[in-house]
Amino acid sequence: MSVSAGAGQILLETRALSKHFGTLKANDGIDLAVRAGEIHAVLGENGAGKSTLMKLLYGYYQPTSGEVLIDGRPVVLESPRRGRAFGIGMVFQNFTLIPAFRVWENVALFLEGAGDKGQLVRKITDLSRSYGLNVNPLALVRDLPMGDRQKVEIVKILAAGARVLIFDEPTSVLAPHEAENLFVVFDRLRSEGYAVLFISHKMTEVLRCADRVTVLRKGRVAASLPREGLDRHGLVNLLVGQESEGEWEEVGARRSSSRGTAVLEFVNVSCLTDDGRPGLEGVSFTVLNGEVLGVAAVSGNGQEFLGDLVLGLRQPTGGSVFLEGVDRDRPTPRKTLASGVAVLPEDPLRQGTIGTFTVKENLILGRQNDYWTDGGWTPDRSRWAHDAQASLMEAFVQSPPRLEARAGDLSGGNLQRVVIARELRRSPRLFVSYYLTRGLDLSNARAARDLVLDHVDKGMGALFVSEDLDELFAISDRLLVIHAGKAVGLFPTKQTTQQEVGLLMTGAGGSHD
Amino acid sequence: MTDLRPGLVRFGVRTLTLGSSIIVALVLFSLVLATAGKNPFDTYASLVGSTLGNGFGFSEIFVKLIPLLFTALAVALPARLGLVNVGGEGQLNVGALGAAVAALTLGPHVPLWVGIPVSVVFGMLGGALWALVPAWLRARGWLNETISTLLLNYVALRLVDFFVYGPLRDPGSANVPQTVEFGAGWLWPGLVGRIHIGLLLGLAALAVVAVVLNRTRWGFEIRAIGGNALAAQRHGLPLSRYIVLVLLAGGALAGLAGTGEIMAIQGRLRPHFSPDYGYMGFLVAWLAGHKPLRILILGFLVALVATGGDSLQLDQGLPSATVNIFMALILFMVLADTWRPDRLEERWLARLGAREGGAA
Repeated sequence: MSVSAGAGQILLETRALSKHFGTLKANDGIDLAVRAGEIHAVLGENGAGKSTLMKLLYGYYQPTSGEVLIDGRPVVLESPRRGRAFGIGMVFQNFTLIPAFRVWENVALFLEGAGDKGQLVRKITDLSRSYGLNVNPLALVRDLPMGDRQKVEIVKILAAGARVLIFDEPTSVLAPHEAENLFVVFDRLRSEGYAVLFISHKMTEVLRCADRVTVLRKGRVAASLPREGLDRHGLVNLLVGQESEGEWEEVGARRSSSRGTAVLEFVNVSCLTDDGRPGLEGVSFTVLNGEVLGVAAVSGNGQEFLGDLVLGLRQPTGGSVFLEGVDRDRPTPRKTLASGVAVLPEDPLRQGTIGTFTVKENLILGRQNDYWTDGGWTPDRSRWAHDAQASLMEAFVQSPPRLEARAGDLSGGNLQRVVIARELRRSPRLFVSYYLTRGLDLSNARAARDLVLDHVDKGMGALFVSEDLDELFAISDRLLVIHAGKAVGLFPTKQTTQQEVGLLMTGAGGSHD
Repeated sequence: MTDLRPGLVRFGVRTLTLGSSIIVALVLFSLVLATAGKNPFDTYASLVGSTLGNGFGFSEIFVKLIPLLFTALAVALPARLGLVNVGGEGQLNVGALGAAVAALTLGPHVPLWVGIPVSVVFGMLGGALWALVPAWLRARGWLNETISTLLLNYVALRLVDFFVYGPLRDPGSANVPQTVEFGAGWLWPGLVGRIHIGLLLGLAALAVVAVVLNRTRWGFEIRAIGGNALAAQRHGLPLSRYIVLVLLAGGALAGLAGTGEIMAIQGRLRPHFSPDYGYMGFLVAWLAGHKPLRILILGFLVALVATGGDSLQLDQGLPSATVNIFMALILFMVLADTWRPDRLEERWLARLGAREGGAA
């Protein structure tokens, strides 16, 4: 399955490509060249125009001016289908698979004239073998973890004959080891002569796998450089256009040492997954007020149940969950939230917001009683508007969305920040946070961490689930490592290393004790 | 200063969608008429002439609009929570039965100020009772309300049959199964011709539902659950309680439709007194996107077609099912959504530059 183009040949090129939305120049004269056998990273802050560029290349948007060339010939990509016909395949942030269908059925849906089941299954098996994807064509998509779903997306577009693969923030939904697998896949694609274009915020991974890095800033290309000679420091400068070193040191420096009583305590807690398999087994830990307990775990190892157990959405099958020392009798989300708990869920779109509601309505979800003080007939509109604006200002360092914008229209990063704004506005005693900075660019990620730490300094306890070890080590006072539903490590952050935690997370740490 | 243009675009696209759906339905229905050997233009002309161009026909539109307001609200309110209440017809029938039982028990000589509120209350109770079992089954997560409400419609019709042929039958009317007349104390007063005070009740119900949905905390919570039940549950909203409440309220509203029919129009309870007002209300609610104020406009349109349909039967000699075909065509066209109005809307909004997040 090798691509019939010589390595180094330009497969996809843009010349002065621009896309304007009204007065907003989302893309403004972008020149870009993606070669066969090249992993090309596009780096930029939120709103720098990365997603717009990808949508232009895929045929989802039409450019305001400028042109796209494929194999040196100008083309008009009037629809995604057209883009696909030219060999451009896109893997979106929110996957486009149908969960109730099997893998091969999803691939069949995507291909025109797909052939019969046997042929497809064979094709998927061959493709997945040659690119190390390990995709089972007969599996139900809803049973697959995110990392595997992404691989199905890749198989899908490879099967459709794509030569240029575009990834929109591919690692944002992946665990570290899954991300590493993806980069191995990238290496394979490179050696077969495919071109890979991927969007990312994360400099570590760009430095890990890219051959060329294009940095976008305010809709324009700030720089397009080969990997050689680039380092983290230089990239940060290109990204934000100014010196901004010390991304992590700053966080570490401000940790206070004041600790108090336990806000949350898990004692030997076990629970089951939805289909009755063991989810967590005998997990114990405490979160003190004024501390961040980081949770390091690869996705799907049981950490996803912690929040539901705290909320009372899921009942433990063994052990007890104490909230401020109280073993709750039949907890419900309503009671839990009322007692000062806030949760930033894993999937803010599905679990944390109402897509048909405006930002303003979403900002008071769960606290609506505070605004209908007369019992329910008329809201206190001025206080509502004031509070909504205030909580947005807290969570958005720049360009907050309009209060009247529909949540369903927001980008992932903005939606994330709306939920963060709302949850911390409660001034909770305990904050259970999943992937706080997912989808956020550098400056917004820092603002979000600062906001959490401000509350921690005032005595809030935080259970902080993250897949980014850099972040976990910078923000946590102590670290809990979970693997296969069991707590396999609990350390003060200063007494462990990323290597040790990384090994434990992936189940390779058994020989340590 | 808020930007009104996105609102205008949305309104324009919606009007265009609905208008074009109705036009396509009119064209398709022309084919049906042509195969029945009728000239479509004559038929449409007679449909309009017999309703909008005729004083009695015009008032009949409002007579039919009254039950439709209630049955449409009975569908729309649960729909905003994400529930599909297909049981309007059954709830309407049991509501009427409830009011009839109250009227026959208290006798014909009650004063009107007793008769009206008692019939309203018992009509609502009857309708709510008929929604209770589906509501409970759904709240427990045992049975989908679409199935249970639909199936109970047939049970409701038999239940009314049972009472009208049995315990409540007027012994004086040997051949016709019906109850005795309820009497003057129960007869809802008219406004103009056959248009009765049910119209005021219906408009009041519309206003109450609109206010509750758009202004109150309960409406906020209902719309939140309807928008994303999982997120709403995670934020402490009581799903089961709302499922029961909203379905009972829907049943009560449909019950009023039946009560109005027997108290103001028929004066007694007969089997099969409703010409499918429950199902027509379902049509209205879906055409209106479950928005209370739009129910008024689309309820009027459907009432117009239904009224015109009666005269088609008389003037043009078409079978009564013909008009059902027409309504079904409109519904299919609206629900089919084949040309994706949301994409059009999106494109226009993007052109305005009004969509937040377009550049992320």
